[in-house]
Amino acid sequence: MKKLITLNINGQDFDLAVSPRDLLVDVIRKKVGLTGTKKGCGQGDCGACTVLMDGHPVLSCITLAVASQGKKIQTIEGLSEGEKLHPIQESFVEQGAVQCGYCTPGMILSAKALLDRNPDPSEEEIKQGIAGNLCRCTGYKKIVKAISAAAEKLGGKEEERVR
Amino acid sequence: MKDFAVVGKSLPRVDAPAKVRGEALYTDDLLLPHMVYGKIKRSPHAHAVIKKIRYDKALELPGVLAVITGDDAPQAYGIVPQAPTEYALAVGKVRYAGEGVAAVAAVDEETAEEALERIEVEYEVLPAVFDPVEALERQDVVIHAKAKNNMMYEGKQEFGDVDKAMAEADFVLERSFKTSYVNHAFLEPHSALAHFEANGFLTVYSSTQIPHYLHRTLSLVLDLPMNKIRVSVPMVGGGFGGKGEVASSELCAALLAQRTGHPVKVTYERSEVFAQHKGRHPCVMTMKIGVSQDGTIQAIDFDNILDGGAYGGWGIVVLFYTAAMIHLPYQVPNARFRGRRVYTNKPTTGAMRGLGGVQPRFAMESMLEDIAKELGMSPYDLRLKNAVESGYTTKSNVYVPHSEFKKCLQTAVERSGYREKQGKLPLGKGIGLAGGYYISGTAYTLYMSYKPHSSALIRVDTEGGIILYTGATDIGQGSNTVLPMIAAEELGVRADDIHIVSGDTQLTPFDLGSFASRVTYGAGQAVRMAAQGINKQLYEVAAVELGVRADQLICREGKIYSQYEPGPVLDFMAAVAKYIDAKGPLSAMGHYSPPRKGMKGVQGANIGQSPTFGFSAQVTEVDVDLETGKVKVLKVTEAGDCGQPINPMSVEGQVEGSIVMGMGQALFEEIKVSPDGRLLNASLHDYKIPTAVDIPEIDSTIVDSYDPTAPFGAKESGEGPIQPVIPAIANAICDAIGVRFLELPITPEKILQALKEKKER
Repeated sequence: MKKLITLNINGQDFDLAVSPRDLLVDVIRKKVGLTGTKKGCGQGDCGACTVLMDGHPVLSCITLAVASQGKKIQTIEGLSEGEKLHPIQESFVEQGAVQCGYCTPGMILSAKALLDRNPDPSEEEIKQGIAGNLCRCTGYKKIVKAISAAAEKLGGKEEERVR
Repeated sequence: MKDFAVVGKSLPRVDAPAKVRGEALYTDDLLLPHMVYGKIKRSPHAHAVIKKIRYDKALELPGVLAVITGDDAPQAYGIVPQAPTEYALAVGKVRYAGEGVAAVAAVDEETAEEALERIEVEYEVLPAVFDPVEALERQDVVIHAKAKNNMMYEGKQEFGDVDKAMAEADFVLERSFKTSYVNHAFLEPHSALAHFEANGFLTVYSSTQIPHYLHRTLSLVLDLPMNKIRVSVPMVGGGFGGKGEVASSELCAALLAQRTGHPVKVTYERSEVFAQHKGRHPCVMTMKIGVSQDGTIQAIDFDNILDGGAYGGWGIVVLFYTAAMIHLPYQVPNARFRGRRVYTNKPTTGAMRGLGGVQPRFAMESMLEDIAKELGMSPYDLRLKNAVESGYTTKSNVYVPHSEFKKCLQTAVERSGYREKQGKLPLGKGIGLAGGYYISGTAYTLYMSYKPHSSALIRVDTEGGIILYTGATDIGQGSNTVLPMIAAEELGVRADDIHIVSGDTQLTPFDLGSFASRVTYGAGQAVRMAAQGINKQLYEVAAVELGVRADQLICREGKIYSQYEPGPVLDFMAAVAKYIDAKGPLSAMGHYSPPRKGMKGVQGANIGQSPTFGFSAQVTEVDVDLETGKVKVLKVTEAGDCGQPINPMSVEGQVEGSIVMGMGQALFEEIKVSPDGRLLNASLHDYKIPTAVDIPEIDSTIVDSYDPTAPFGAKESGEGPIQPVIPAIANAICDAIGVRFLELPITPEKILQALKEKKER
């Protein structure tokens, strides 16, 4: 039996009819139509389905859609401002941190959550911050570098604002 | 280093902006009107006769549109077409636990899953076997009627006189090795979306890395002419060989679409990715190497039993690749091979990054290390002494036009301080060296054909700009970035002036596919030739405009001018407009056919032939925890010969990815099989692949290199660098604790056990 729920995704409310066992990843992908959130394992192991919920990374493939009401959900589509890429996205492009790209949305959102709580992470902290996001193409080196470069960009921005 | 305008620049990937925004569409992201979903019912038994399948109750479920079984598509297929063994769904019997027996199409995935539960399959369980050595002996287990003793294929090769050379060698070492059952673990599960148009034309969108072989197989299994089928490849979330063979998802989607009249999408669960498998062959290897006192390799005798799992797959090809791999990157004057690929009741093995190379490389490089120590030589000196150079021809008649392997060895050794550290680090710390190489494409298609392996079309006009059409498929390796760079270099325009259309059997000219590290070299040649064809035509018109002979013109940064004297300049696109006004549409095709080298009369000797080869050397440093047995790979110093890198940042990405993937296989990756044949860790939770916290420091160098046979000097970089990874780690562990490991993966348990045994001795 379907239930009517409202999910706030990327600042927009979506009224959705879902079954109580529908997973957030499937609702985001199939009902809302935001396919940037990827499904790599369906069991919370690979991190490809990572979204931010009230700023925290959450595995949407092991989260029920009905339990996601009242939260601010951010998917990869909500990160850039129009044409302009978020500095983390920009760094991923520039540093060659994207190969097949399947882990990329989840990886970027985990990186965002990390940089939001720790704007100047060490290399080790970056690695810990993305330890739940698997990538099979890059060997992670350029991903770590991209996040580090993004931290610099974001830090630079803040300084400008302060001045 | 040559002076290039575009080649050699670390340009960002063309598809990266869409990928970081989440806008890139992969197969499972696609929707078509009236699309329905397909699911596959899989066998719980590893070996059983299918007595009966009852699916009336599934069809009665509202929302279920069709059920198919193996009987609906009884045509066998195989990527090696001479030996077809596989079916869309099991026909008559199942040969591994997880094999598909029926498939359902329903309005949504939940309904399809419920329908699977309602399908009743009556099995007669047969005895099964899971170990290839045991399988050769088990008369009571007949996996395929045609394969006596479960042996799919036996290959033998001998070059030179191995017995004589061994007898005359100053030192002979023989060892046996075993490698593990590992999966590609790409992040995107297989997905296929099939759609029949009203006129009977079939389109299949798929996560394949080889649209051409999928195209052929769909034609065979569905009994449709190829010209009524189109295979189109959206973004692909990694392949590493695992998406090179046709998956039952693709065939079932097409069969169900045919049956229902709806577009049907079949996307695998992760457990199904493991069931489809086609990962690396576990090998049981015995290798014997004879050397003279000065370290010159005199002979290699190699016996390999390959665990093929349930079906044929790339089996014969992989078997002979393991044979070919002992002939390089060192000079081997005498070599003998005996290989047997054996059926077992497990998911089928096949092609995985560096196929056929990784296993014998582990054996050979481990042994060279021990031989050097035995001779009192540095393992580095021994390798350098035997390393091949440009222009070498192996005993098996493989010609190596270009090699900077010695430079790779020298660079890795110098940058890592190997000579100062090797044998001198404290207990628990170690350093190891290994070399490796890989093909840059193959010399032959899998079926008899003389057609070019790659072709490309460039169309230029004042409306669409410059459009490059290539059948080469970007699976994440970056060909959609690299091929336009090659075209841009030749045309003299910017890389982002070129639009690329790729991986589509209808829209693009023929290409064999993304495998065997063939794309940059092979498709690159075709693209370059097409660009040269454009220039030739365009310059004839530009010459008139500029008042300069056409053969003196060049184009740089979009401006055409005489290369000999400063003077008038014509904009590339203005020249295009003039050309079209005067002569009509402007386009050109290019193609590439590799030299068809081989060796007549020697079974399998065409395999391993390649137009050129990439090389890699690695020095790896490890820390072995003597209390827990855990190995931490601290640093990998890699030096690779990929010729001239077209895009160095992409090359680095291939190298770094290879090192980390190889490290997983060396230390912990292994699919475990229960006594009744079920996979015990068919998930990314239990099948561990390296995470960001596991990675070593990586220092990689692209050595100065230019292959004159290659498009702008470029060779492969995606499969060579994985070859030395495992033996370099094994050699470093040996240096750290004095134990030679002969079985993969080298787990903490094995290390502790070895340390205990060592203490007891």
